[in-house]
Amino acid sequence: MKIDKINKDLQALYSTNIKDINDYSSPIINKYRESAFKEFKKAGVPTKYNEDYKYTDLIPTFEKDYNVTFKPIDVQIKTENLFKCDVVRLDADVTLLSRGRYIEEQKIKEFPKGVIIASFNEASKKYPEIFEKHYAKYGNTKNNSLYALNTALAQDGIFIYFPKNSYTEKPLQIINLLVDEKGFFYNTRNLIVIEENAQANIIFCDDSLSTGEFLGNTATEIYVGKNAKLNFYKIQNEHNESNNISSTYIYQDKDSVFHAGVYSLLGGLIRNNFDINLAEEGCESDLFGLSLIDKKQHTANFVHVNHSKSHCNSNQLFKTILDDKATGAFSGKVYVAKDAQQTNANQTNRNILLTDDAKMSTKPQLIIYADDVKCSHGATVGQLDEDAMFYMRARGIRKKEAKMLLMYAFANECISAVKIDALRENIQDLAQRRLNGELSLCRNCSARVVNA
Amino acid sequence: MLKIKNLKAEINGKEILKGINLEIKAGEVHAIMGPNGSGKSTLSAVIAGNENFKVTEGEITYQGINLLELPVEQRAAMGIFIGFQYPIEIPGVSMVNFIKTAVNEQRKVQGKEPLTAAQFLKLMREKKELVEIGEKLTNRSVNEGFSGGEKKKNEIFQMAMLEPKLAILDETDSGLDIDALRIVANGVNKLKKPDTSTIVITHYQRLLDFIVPDIVHILYNGRIVKTAGKELALTLEEKGYDWIKEQVDGKK
Repeated sequence: MKIDKINKDLQALYSTNIKDINDYSSPIINKYRESAFKEFKKAGVPTKYNEDYKYTDLIPTFEKDYNVTFKPIDVQIKTENLFKCDVVRLDADVTLLSRGRYIEEQKIKEFPKGVIIASFNEASKKYPEIFEKHYAKYGNTKNNSLYALNTALAQDGIFIYFPKNSYTEKPLQIINLLVDEKGFFYNTRNLIVIEENAQANIIFCDDSLSTGEFLGNTATEIYVGKNAKLNFYKIQNEHNESNNISSTYIYQDKDSVFHAGVYSLLGGLIRNNFDINLAEEGCESDLFGLSLIDKKQHTANFVHVNHSKSHCNSNQLFKTILDDKATGAFSGKVYVAKDAQQTNANQTNRNILLTDDAKMSTKPQLIIYADDVKCSHGATVGQLDEDAMFYMRARGIRKKEAKMLLMYAFANECISAVKIDALRENIQDLAQRRLNGELSLCRNCSARVVNA
Repeated sequence: MLKIKNLKAEINGKEILKGINLEIKAGEVHAIMGPNGSGKSTLSAVIAGNENFKVTEGEITYQGINLLELPVEQRAAMGIFIGFQYPIEIPGVSMVNFIKTAVNEQRKVQGKEPLTAAQFLKLMREKKELVEIGEKLTNRSVNEGFSGGEKKKNEIFQMAMLEPKLAILDETDSGLDIDALRIVANGVNKLKKPDTSTIVITHYQRLLDFIVPDIVHILYNGRIVKTAGKELALTLEEKGYDWIKEQVDGKK
């Protein structure tokens, strides 16, 4: 069986490289490897027999041969060419990563009011208490084997810390670049800690500058403290041969606000797992997602919102436009615990299929144990509105243009939620070009050639 | 301007138009009246190019060109405007963006430069006054959440922006109160130029008090059964449609 070989290879990868993995990593994160590896060994890479992966077949993704290295890498990136590509450009403080690793010479950046961005190694040395307090505390290795695999293999990533009452003038933009000619497998780890009453704007951009076959298995843990506010955006703009799997765990303390948008514009396989724990009272959580996919691409968004305490609001809006033979999946699970009275939870998933060959699977779920709650969910899969098309054409608008207007209107509901003006406009432009079929051919960067 | 010869059309295999003959010359206002289900809306849909209706026989020429061969958008660009009985709501597409795209798409086909933003805004301001439509409506998504009257006003606003040569107003009066009716009708009258033509499709004579037709046709059971001057509308108002039905059905 293919899956057995995949699991054996991954286990061997761990066993044969464990010395390098540990040597080039922080002792704090090394502590968690063994138990995480055991969990991975037990479960293996999820297959179609796992309910959550029924619609996302990972075998073709994992059976490919990727390069892996656990030694530090020396990456040269010509940053002057960077923004000629489709990388989102805005007035932000930019940090570059490659394969999810910190590559800038200065391994730590300190901002006024004590805000920090640092590599894992640097952060665990300089701020061991904070780091240790939050690392591997929010994820779950028992029910997410890919998160377990990440915990076993991850060496570095980005640590963002906002101390109590802090904020930054500009948003923080983290750009993860895939620049190697040959494909590789990488496990990135991020930790974001927003302390009490702090406010943060953080943008993660995944961009590829070359066309190798990549497999990224990223895990991000986010702690949003009491009355803290985090606006968190993810823009996934890679290419048809890239595979991007991410598990994001969010822990929300009392009265915190988490506002997030994930925009999947380009990628071969994109799988986003979000696990939001509304752990204390008065939390608010908004999650928006937009996937524009074509060819044989696949995106899947799996969201789990856990209402543990009363008076919390959560809201999910996920939309997909699928062209050609693209496939997509959505699963939204809202769990309302017995004590989580006065919960307000909404969940909406809307999808448009442009061809007969495209396929979307959607599973909105509510699990409610409290009796005084307001919860709603809905999912639709359909085509562009024929009547609206005719109406526009009857005003002289060509079919192609009318289709564009409708698709953009559909997509824009998710984009307009972005709270940073420049970012919103950037995503609107990217989405419009993507819908026009332009995005896969970057105008300015010869390095970025995409298999049609 | 528009010539319709022995037009037959069906939907889902059911014949609705059973041989329509009609000629509209430049500058004329025609009213097409008739009881419900007689084929009035089908006629406007077929002229517009709605692909749900299948033309089985006959021809439509517009300015000497075979209209039936042209796609919907091209008919519009050539100056045919349909005021829909049930305007469609398009959530997320702003009225401004919609009408700007329509105007410029039509200009492209007509070989004209697209309007600049300033030109467009000026034109829109002028035309909004004409149909007494507020800022509020143009800032919203197309027809979304509009009342019945607002939707009809919005149709006439679009007509004003697109300046068609032939306007076909399909039951523009349905669902309108008398004030809204007056505004809509005034708009249509103000937009009328000596060489443009209008077809008013209506069930009731009331609209024709405001938009005075040159010729009135009665459509019944898929055929035009009577054509006369504007006095025909008054007769209908007085006697209803039954005498027509009797006349036609009796003849068989």
